[in-house]
Amino acid sequence: MTIAFQEIQETIRMIQMEKLDIRTVTMGISLRDCIDRDQENMRSLVYEKITSYGAALTTTADKVATEYGIPIVNKRISITPVAELLGNSTKEDAIALAKTLDKAAADINVDFIGGFSALIHKGVTKGDKVLLDALPEALSQTERVCGSVSAATTKTGINMDGVKQLGEIIKKASELTASQNGIACAKFVVFCNPAEDNPFMAGAFHGAGEQEVVLNVGVSGPGVVLHALRRYPEADLGEVSDIIKRTAFKITRAGEVVGREVAERLKVPFGIMDLSLAPTNALNDSVAEILEEIGLERVGTHGTIAALALMNDAVKKGGAMASSYVGGLSGAFIPVSEDNGMIKGIEDKSLTLSKLEAMTCVCSVGLDMIAINGNSSAASISGLIADEMAIGMINKKTTAVRVIPVAGKKEGEMVEFGGLLGRAPVIDLNPFSSDKFVNRGGRIPAPLQALIN
Amino acid sequence: MPNNRAVLSVVGKDQVGIIAKVTAVLADNNVNVLDISQTILQDFFTMMMLIEIKDKESLEELHAALDPVRNEMGLKIDMQREEIFQSMHRI
Repeated sequence: MTIAFQEIQETIRMIQMEKLDIRTVTMGISLRDCIDRDQENMRSLVYEKITSYGAALTTTADKVATEYGIPIVNKRISITPVAELLGNSTKEDAIALAKTLDKAAADINVDFIGGFSALIHKGVTKGDKVLLDALPEALSQTERVCGSVSAATTKTGINMDGVKQLGEIIKKASELTASQNGIACAKFVVFCNPAEDNPFMAGAFHGAGEQEVVLNVGVSGPGVVLHALRRYPEADLGEVSDIIKRTAFKITRAGEVVGREVAERLKVPFGIMDLSLAPTNALNDSVAEILEEIGLERVGTHGTIAALALMNDAVKKGGAMASSYVGGLSGAFIPVSEDNGMIKGIEDKSLTLSKLEAMTCVCSVGLDMIAINGNSSAASISGLIADEMAIGMINKKTTAVRVIPVAGKKEGEMVEFGGLLGRAPVIDLNPFSSDKFVNRGGRIPAPLQALIN
Repeated sequence: MPNNRAVLSVVGKDQVGIIAKVTAVLADNNVNVLDISQTILQDFFTMMMLIEIKDKESLEELHAALDPVRNEMGLKIDMQREEIFQSMHRI
């Protein structure tokens, strides 16, 4: 046998016991040719385009998953940032378009469609304004539509007028879905330096540099990395990095072979592999537990950032060697509600919001799926976003904010979001005001690209 | 040349006739066996077979055809195309 017995066993163990899976195949579709002044016509063009390109996505992905014996957990669609379509629309048109997207996603049986988005890192167009105004209603009146806004980049600085409005949008979206613990906010993320080919939700959109249609693949495997590390409890940190690298390599290779097969059968070009350690609430499928396995008593304690930096870098190195086209966010996600270890860290008062902010300097994205006190002011949320944007801008990396203000819950109370989104203990924001800072408005200038110490 | 090879893995409590019954189904479905490797791990029978199938589509049919053996003998039988192992373990 060309493949050794042990190697076959290793693969089967990774899949069956350690939860190696393809987290998502996401089809990116350009909607630019659907732009029409006649709003009803535009909606029908959008619906037709998404449902024709995406018609076979779910069935094909399921079939390939069965043949290779690796589950493909989610099938999703990402689209041209919708603000580009809304130049001649009203707020009501935009909400109607969101509902069209929702219906298209349901009809082709994909769980999320991403791209109810705008890029406003430098300023706002007519279409962007319409989208921003429509966001709270659009997110709360749809189930499968995800939105994102780029509010900052390293090359342009931070659009603070936009950041101010985003705080208000998040607050309003939470209020509109107060009876469901502010669930609309779980479908919305604010970015600095967003990736145009990211297959993961809620931040997926089909960027301006992308082709007509493309298939991007996100693999994941915190459980596989965790189990690999458990086999070497005495390894030094150089060896730990090597173990993570080797594991990431194998995971990425598995994802690429499956992803390319799906793309080929759909006759769609293969875009990128995004190797992100994305945790789930399943047992041992946790990024926090990997950090604890490396040697922290509880995630959040001193050493957390160093361990996360080591892990994030090793994941990238392994993934980069395994695929010619690594893209998206590739690294480690640190969502709170989707990671049992992070939840425990907060419950045990080891992990705090400040520590999470610091962790975003070295992880692949940012503040993710954090439940905050529903009494938080819009300005405080804007301040939180501004901090996170600054971290991304200065460090030339993607950062993001996905926080969920939960009405009527106090710090420490547990909130259930259900399903994939998990549950999270509510955290209070800093009680002191950021109002004056946020209300100044304007744009924080782009940082120096030299003299970077 | 298309690769129509798959790895069939069988895991379960050791008992008489596992190989006979599994290979009988394979023979009935005109599936060629290229290699077999088998061992007992902690009282569990573990077998890996490299098989050649007619085309990719027939994997699902074969999977269903093995259901009676699965149920009767309490075995876990999985099939995966060989490329997945090649890509993970060979550069």
